[in-house]
Amino acid sequence: MTIEARNLSFRYGDKPVLKEVSFALTSGGFHALLGPNGAGKSTLFGLLTRLLALQQGDILMAGQSLKKQPAEAMRKIGVVFQQNALDLDLTVRQNLLYHAALHGLSRKQARTRGDRELERFALLERANEPVRKLNGGHRRRVEIARALLHEPSLLLLDEPTVGLDVASRRGLSDHVRMLCDADGLTVLWATHLIEEVRPEDRVLILHEGKLLADGAGHDICEAEGTRDLAETFHTLTGAG
Amino acid sequence: MKAAHYWHCFVGIQTREWLRFWQQRTRFASALVRPLLWLVVFAAGFRAVLGISIIPPYQTYITYETYIAPGLCGMIILFNSMQGALSMVYDRELGSMRVLLMSPLPRPFLLVTKLLAMGVVSVGQVYVFLLLALLVDVEPPLWGYLAVLPALILTSLMLGALGLLIATWIKQLENFAGVMNFVIFPMFFMSSALYPLWRMNEASPWLYWICQFNPFTHAVEAIRFSLYLEWNPMAFGITATVTVILSLLATAGFRPQRTKILGTSTPA
Repeated sequence: MTIEARNLSFRYGDKPVLKEVSFALTSGGFHALLGPNGAGKSTLFGLLTRLLALQQGDILMAGQSLKKQPAEAMRKIGVVFQQNALDLDLTVRQNLLYHAALHGLSRKQARTRGDRELERFALLERANEPVRKLNGGHRRRVEIARALLHEPSLLLLDEPTVGLDVASRRGLSDHVRMLCDADGLTVLWATHLIEEVRPEDRVLILHEGKLLADGAGHDICEAEGTRDLAETFHTLTGAG
Repeated sequence: MKAAHYWHCFVGIQTREWLRFWQQRTRFASALVRPLLWLVVFAAGFRAVLGISIIPPYQTYITYETYIAPGLCGMIILFNSMQGALSMVYDRELGSMRVLLMSPLPRPFLLVTKLLAMGVVSVGQVYVFLLLALLVDVEPPLWGYLAVLPALILTSLMLGALGLLIATWIKQLENFAGVMNFVIFPMFFMSSALYPLWRMNEASPWLYWICQFNPFTHAVEAIRFSLYLEWNPMAFGITATVTVILSLLATAGFRPQRTKILGTSTPA
């Protein structure tokens, strides 16, 4: 599914947070949205998920406007929020069933799809455990499994690795990339950690509400005349 | 979206609320302590002070316990609704609110279903309270337990919508203590929950009129009358009208234009 953001601007009161941001995501691709804290990443996610209203510009999902056909567009999106959005006291399966119900799936459908996703995430044997008993990495996996239940075409992840150790971070990133290859899922992965981005990834660099770079990691480095993404990022944003 | 989608969503939200209730059953049990204290201790002390004359829907002299029981049913719903609505918007439930609003179904449907689910849990508590009230001889007619159900659900929807409205629009009241002082206590004390309004009229006519304008008064009266198998169209009418108005206003607060708190990483 193609996703196009056209000329997005957003302000909280007098403070502009996004300034005329435009980009298009390639169907089935992994896209890293890189930016220091406060760059506007979460606001961009708020707009993509309709938790915030578009003030200027529009977002098109497979040609459908988020402004004009919000319900249709929302059905195509799966989201993993920055903060935990699982019910810790409920079991893994109960969390999945709840999410599936919110998307109008029957219990039978939800169970089949839920078990399929959990199996893929190697979590099926923990389906009946309360989420509270899972470690941070596994919780994140449950959140991704949940976001995929209604079979979205676009998966949005807002700093999904916050609070995870290095091994869990790598595991999560590998898994999501596998989903792009296996399912043709389009992924937008927001992060402020450059080490999560690979040179061949499509990278969007956001800083102070402006999109400073958009292209394959190595192409951006070449254009900026830098050795690697870390240096590019530092040059463009002045951040480490 | 088809009707089946709405149905699955409705069932899913109800199920989740009951699962949460079961997980937190000790908290819900302890929430019953408050109205029981009022019923057993406060009412025992006040019984001697307040004489209750024969007023509708009662057909004979009644004990003070019998008089305040419907008001305490309202109190259970009042506390639960405010607490539930606040937690929907702030702190613990912020994540789950985001999940709720990511559903492609219309937000007013999602929010009213959520309020209804929270309300049904409160109603369950009210029934436990009414069973315990039998121990102090509060004995409404048997059919009254069934007849009171619509009034209880309506009350829980009305107060849930009010809580949601307060939580989304009034930032200053973001903690429960604030809501308790400025919403719960005034609503409870300025109503017919603890004393008949004619008594209030004798004491202070302007307070009487405030009580009359308090929708909680009418919710309590709707509960009282239906519990004793009497029909009070005015109480029901006012409660239903206020419920519709508050629900419309509360759901309007969740248009994307107003959900800034949910759309950012750090709630402001």
